[in-house]
Amino acid sequence: MSVGLEHYLVLSAVLFAIGLYGALAKRNTIAILLCIEIMLNAVNIAMVAFSRYVAPQLLTGHVFVIFIMAVAAAEAAVGVAIIMAIYRSKGTVDPTEIDSMKR
Amino acid sequence: MAFDIAFWLLAIVSVVAALAVVTLRNIFRAALSLVLCFITVAGLYVTLSADFLAAVQILVYVGAISILLILGIMLTRDVQLGSPTNKLRFPAFLAAIVFFGTVAWAVLNTTWGISPQGPLEPTTATLAGKLFGENGYILTVEIAAVLLLAAILGAIVLVREK
Repeated sequence: MSVGLEHYLVLSAVLFAIGLYGALAKRNTIAILLCIEIMLNAVNIAMVAFSRYVAPQLLTGHVFVIFIMAVAAAEAAVGVAIIMAIYRSKGTVDPTEIDSMKR
Repeated sequence: MAFDIAFWLLAIVSVVAALAVVTLRNIFRAALSLVLCFITVAGLYVTLSADFLAAVQILVYVGAISILLILGIMLTRDVQLGSPTNKLRFPAFLAAIVFFGTVAWAVLNTTWGISPQGPLEPTTATLAGKLFGENGYILTVEIAAVLLLAAILGAIVLVREK
């Protein structure tokens, strides 16, 4: 069986599941950001695969991927800034200890 | 045939790199294997004949976002602390497995309307037409620019010394 759309979609699901596990189970906020980036990349693979195999002349999936990349860049910049602000005021990046909104 | 080999090679390397990101205890090494994962994703874009996106992936993800994340790791100085897992490890594993099972089942049991047309090569000119041309996504491009500006200003305000 030659490589087709299903292969890319299953690979995308594998990467998304790995990122989901890491985002839920990690105890370092930066590691959670890394895992979110993996999940965004997994979604991008699915988008480009759909664009290539379902409507190869339209490139709408490519346009979506460009916007996802722009939002991911904004998210990474703001995320790292928030983590640095929290680290400066609390001295930790452990999300289990950053719980002042629960009290 | 060469296409199949390239896909399997890139797929295996990207999955191994992603697993290394979630399993390595040294957060700095995890970030470096994330860079490897980004590069293999760019290779996967090449196999999908998305040449412009592969270049953008290298420039934005490998060049900018990974540098930003590594800078964040260095400035928070928790490299020696590592990235341990929390108490939710087993439920998180279960959630990931359930998610993967559901998606894989749905993907493999759907008949996709595969187009018989070949891929468009090169994609850059058509993509520019879609983004900036008539009936394109020009409004969304403008909104993305404003979003990036707002994010940069927000980041500066957040990390500024009082």
